Amino acid sequence: MNMVLNEEQVLLRDTMKAFLQEHADVSAMRTLRDTKDPIGYSLPLWQQLTELGVGAIVMPEAYGGLGFGFLGLGAVMQEMGRTLTATPLLSSVILGASAIELAGSARQRQALLPAIAAGKLTLTLAVDEASHHAPLATRLALRETPNGLRLNGTKVFVLDGHVADKFVVVARSAGDAGDSHGLTLVLVEATSPGVTISRTTMIDGRNSAELHFENTPVNIDDLVGAQHSAWPIIEKVIDRGTICLAAEMLGGAHELFARTLAYLKEREQFDVKIGSFQALQHRCALLYCQLEQCQTAVQSALGSLDSEASDIALQASIAKALVNDCYQLVSNEAIQLHGGMGITDELDIGLFLKRARVCLQLLGDTSYHLDRYATRLNF
Amino acid sequence: MTRLTEFRQASRAWLQANCPESQRLPIVKREQIWGGRRRIFPSADAQVWFERMRDKGWTAPEWPTAYGGGGLSAAEAGILTQEMTALGCRPPLYEIGVWMFGPALLEYGTETQRQEHLPPIVRGEIRWCQGYSEPSAGSDLVSLKTRAEDKGDHFLVNGTKIWTTQADKADWIFCLVRTDPYAPKQAGISFLLIDMATAGVSTTPIPLISGESEFCQTFFDDVRVPKGNLVGELHGGWNVAKALLRHERKLMSIMGTMVEKEEGNIIDLARQYVGLDAEEKLRNPLLRHQLAQHLMRAQCDSLTTERIQQQYKHGQPDNNLPLIMKYLSTTEQQSKDELMLAIMGNRGLSWDDATYTENERKLVRNWAYNKAHTIAGGTSEIQLNIIAKRALGLPS
Repeated sequence: MNMVLNEEQVLLRDTMKAFLQEHADVSAMRTLRDTKDPIGYSLPLWQQLTELGVGAIVMPEAYGGLGFGFLGLGAVMQEMGRTLTATPLLSSVILGASAIELAGSARQRQALLPAIAAGKLTLTLAVDEASHHAPLATRLALRETPNGLRLNGTKVFVLDGHVADKFVVVARSAGDAGDSHGLTLVLVEATSPGVTISRTTMIDGRNSAELHFENTPVNIDDLVGAQHSAWPIIEKVIDRGTICLAAEMLGGAHELFARTLAYLKEREQFDVKIGSFQALQHRCALLYCQLEQCQTAVQSALGSLDSEASDIALQASIAKALVNDCYQLVSNEAIQLHGGMGITDELDIGLFLKRARVCLQLLGDTSYHLDRYATRLNF
Repeated sequence: MTRLTEFRQASRAWLQANCPESQRLPIVKREQIWGGRRRIFPSADAQVWFERMRDKGWTAPEWPTAYGGGGLSAAEAGILTQEMTALGCRPPLYEIGVWMFGPALLEYGTETQRQEHLPPIVRGEIRWCQGYSEPSAGSDLVSLKTRAEDKGDHFLVNGTKIWTTQADKADWIFCLVRTDPYAPKQAGISFLLIDMATAGVSTTPIPLISGESEFCQTFFDDVRVPKGNLVGELHGGWNVAKALLRHERKLMSIMGTMVEKEEGNIIDLARQYVGLDAEEKLRNPLLRHQLAQHLMRAQCDSLTTERIQQQYKHGQPDNNLPLIMKYLSTTEQQSKDELMLAIMGNRGLSWDDATYTENERKLVRNWAYNKAHTIAGGTSEIQLNIIAKRALGLPS
């Protein structure tokens, strides 16, 4: 499994790093939060990023893709994690577009993928329904009625759900909650009848929304892939999202660690730099070990997407479970090692801490991925 | 056909023709071939295999033929290792002289010293051990006190070395000794070779928590050592020791193969001991959770080793990354051992009771034996110090 970036990918990463530092550092995130920005991300920034090609990194070349692969995309996500940059890259390009790319009809792909890559259209995946990520537990119903297909139910924690143009909704068309058979992907316009959208404001200052569907009509052309048998596609889509999210989280953890190290080298108590204390040095060394272990997990998982390996699902769960624990630990340690300054809103540490907790829940917490991994290995 | 391809084909053919079938089975501890004056071959096949390899110099493939070695280039030696691994050939000789001492002697020894010491190592006639740590000089090795006084035509050595691995079976010991008691720390240390048959040398095995005694304590009471046994410059022993440490990683990887692996993988053992519920999940959810976590981390450890290799191959090495491997792999091994005991329950509590299976007893022994790994070769705490200073640049 290739885990190392090639020259083009290194160039992409460096270009993105420089761009983000100049146009979208952590203060941009702070402004979005403080002004209670109605969109939750900067549209002009998203336009600039899509002009740079960020929306087309892994898109198939037939739809204007650039072919940098998931290792390239992961490097970009990692940089965005470092600057806490809010964009619809995960919701629209990685989750939304992947569903269309992997299961959509030729017409859907042609109509949607180039527009998503160009930032002219945003999609998002609506999957969760309760307090925890559990896609198999989907209850939101897609039912045949005398008037055609209708959607009824609720989705929560839908990323950028209040501003997306269209939703890719995971719906149950047959079977019971828990069954892998009977799941269907449905493309729904945000403006469709019977759709109620309410924005959820969360600790990280970013967006998600709660969606209610009440007898929302679904055209047969708006099914994404075959009815009842979407589960393998859903897993693939979510695995892509999970691995790319892990890359973003790891970037955040690296940034927090770098800021903490810098503080330990500068802060003096008892007339010495506190970074000279062995108790603190060992804590940092342990964090470094975990960060590098996670870097391996993320690079390997990204590489598995690029090579379409057979164990993508396992790799996704390894990456998310390990990075969840790592980001949680690093963010807690960053606060403790910054002392009193760590709990002030003036420092950015708290912004990372809060983003970490949202990411932990997003697409599966640690126990979800440990359970999934064990189930896949039959124990 | 390139020269290396020819070498690969020729060595493969030779190994196929010369490695006895029994020497291609997975190695078990009691069948390892060790050298020395008191060597005993574990079997006739083992002796045949050793002698054939010895005659080609392949007990020390990269050493010059002038000293009995194979004279292979690094690339050829790499190919030989690959071919031996592919055929499952056992190591023809387990010897610290081959792994650590010999390479340092090639670098720092005089021609006379090389002629005297290297050929017997290749021939498995002399077994070496290492004398570094002392009862009051462990992690703080430079505070070592074993004294070598200059008595004109010889050194007079007094002191004691501890954790001298298998010193009770060794013939010679390479030691760090203090030749200048007034010089600061490493400046007064020399590298000295001592024949363990010399009067005044004695060794006692130390019983360990694993029931084994492979570590010893070695005592030196007025031991006369010829001046010619000094390697490198007087008071310059620390440089030789550092050269030798560069070969230690190789030793550590070989040490990994010295532990007999349990039979069956940990998932099967968990299924067997913990049992499965109606959904084919382990009956104990906490153990199931811990097992998943262990397997994830174990996979990442081996992938990190691969990532380091890929970085080198792509010309983007991160020199800090290898610093974490000893800490990670040894702590991970120990948590696996603890998990294994938890999985076995009361079946993981004996290493000599005949009512337990051989595999159960082996697992318990390994659990206790592996406690040494976070201590030997630089404790975990020393590893964390190194990471903090070198990789993270934290101040002293």
